[in-house]
Amino acid sequence: MSDLHKLTGAYAMDALDDLERARFEQHLAQCEDCRAEVAELRETAALLSETVATAPPAALRESVLAGITHIRPMAPEVPQPAPTPLADTTAGRGRGWMPFLVAAALALFVGIGAMVSQPWSDDDQVTQLTAAEEVLQAPDAEEVFLDLGEAGRATVVRSKSEDRAVISTEDMVSAPEGKAYELWFISGGEFTSAGLMPDAPDQTVVLEGSAAEAAAIGITVEPESGSEQPTTDPIAVFDLTEAA
Amino acid sequence: MDHVRPVPDGAPQGVPSGGDAARLADLLRQAALGDERAFAEFYDATSARAYGLALRVVRNPAHAEEVTQEAYLDAWRSSTRYDSARGSAAGWLLTIVHRKAVDRVRSVEAATTRDETWNRETAPVDHDQTSEAAQASLEAARVRNAVATLTDVQRRAVELTYFGGYTHTEVATLLDVPLGTAKTRIRDGLIRLRDLMGVAS
Repeated sequence: MSDLHKLTGAYAMDALDDLERARFEQHLAQCEDCRAEVAELRETAALLSETVATAPPAALRESVLAGITHIRPMAPEVPQPAPTPLADTTAGRGRGWMPFLVAAALALFVGIGAMVSQPWSDDDQVTQLTAAEEVLQAPDAEEVFLDLGEAGRATVVRSKSEDRAVISTEDMVSAPEGKAYELWFISGGEFTSAGLMPDAPDQTVVLEGSAAEAAAIGITVEPESGSEQPTTDPIAVFDLTEAA
Repeated sequence: MDHVRPVPDGAPQGVPSGGDAARLADLLRQAALGDERAFAEFYDATSARAYGLALRVVRNPAHAEEVTQEAYLDAWRSSTRYDSARGSAAGWLLTIVHRKAVDRVRSVEAATTRDETWNRETAPVDHDQTSEAAQASLEAARVRNAVATLTDVQRRAVELTYFGGYTHTEVATLLDVPLGTAKTRIRDGLIRLRDLMGVAS
């Protein structure tokens, strides 16, 4: 804990990598002292910009002012009796000042699980294994389980030898209207799309693409057609470095 | 509202942060109600800092323009969520700008390019390169004086983090200190600046 408190400065200046940030935001959601300190340190860091102030090109003003005419300021936050985590997440995007509370509220429960899991293996059954089964039954399968609270539960299993990863969900709530869950391989701060998840509460999906090098697997909420890069903060991050 | 723009002839017009803060918060509140003129005024009062910060972090003027534009569009969109009880309007905006600028350098630029650029530009005179015009600002002078009181390691850690866009792990490597030390220097440095600059929650 004491160690986490010291990350306020690095967090206030965006100097944490994705996983560290996820963990620290989880801590922030519960630590009022750190929230207050982060607010002050952000304010302080912003003062540093005084020393580099530079007049922008005039054209920038034009494009900003032209841009805003097409955008409606988002609905304000109104007190809600029992907001669902998902609605909160999407609405909270771009909130700016304390977006971490939103992300932290939904999930980012970085699970640690190194169990080698072979839940569906059956020695008598000599059948063609599906791609998912090959991963799940691989001798080097690594598993990370995340409880997403009201949003459901999910388990990622990755096999380096198979170079594949599989995600299984239970009671996963649907993505918001017009949106879909997109899966990502995360490595060194880079996100590579691993495909969209079909809309179903309980399913097992093989991620698209090479999984061996991924440090983590993330899920974001994206437009239905998917995005080339995440446009929202992850609602869940499965840390594979801890599972190894 | 040109008074916060850098003044080319060096006449110290200053950036009155105190009275300015209430006015900026007010402009943002009006913007949240859809007042585009208020937002234009907000832009005029903050764009030199926003663009200067983006430029300092991403280095490439075209990228800096994109980052700044995205940040302002985001600020307009989420102006309804700004709460002056949680911090100044300028701080709120610059937090958005910094986040976007850092995302941009981390995703677009190869680490090697950044290293080279940073090393080239971190000679002792470093703040002065992108911002000669900013010298005129009194507020900038105050900030610079405060920065000058930091220890060497604190100052470098803060600058590499804020302007370099490096993670604390990368800063530890660059400064050749243990990770725990980098973490502490970044925080100590900022806390010292906070106290010197009288930033209160």
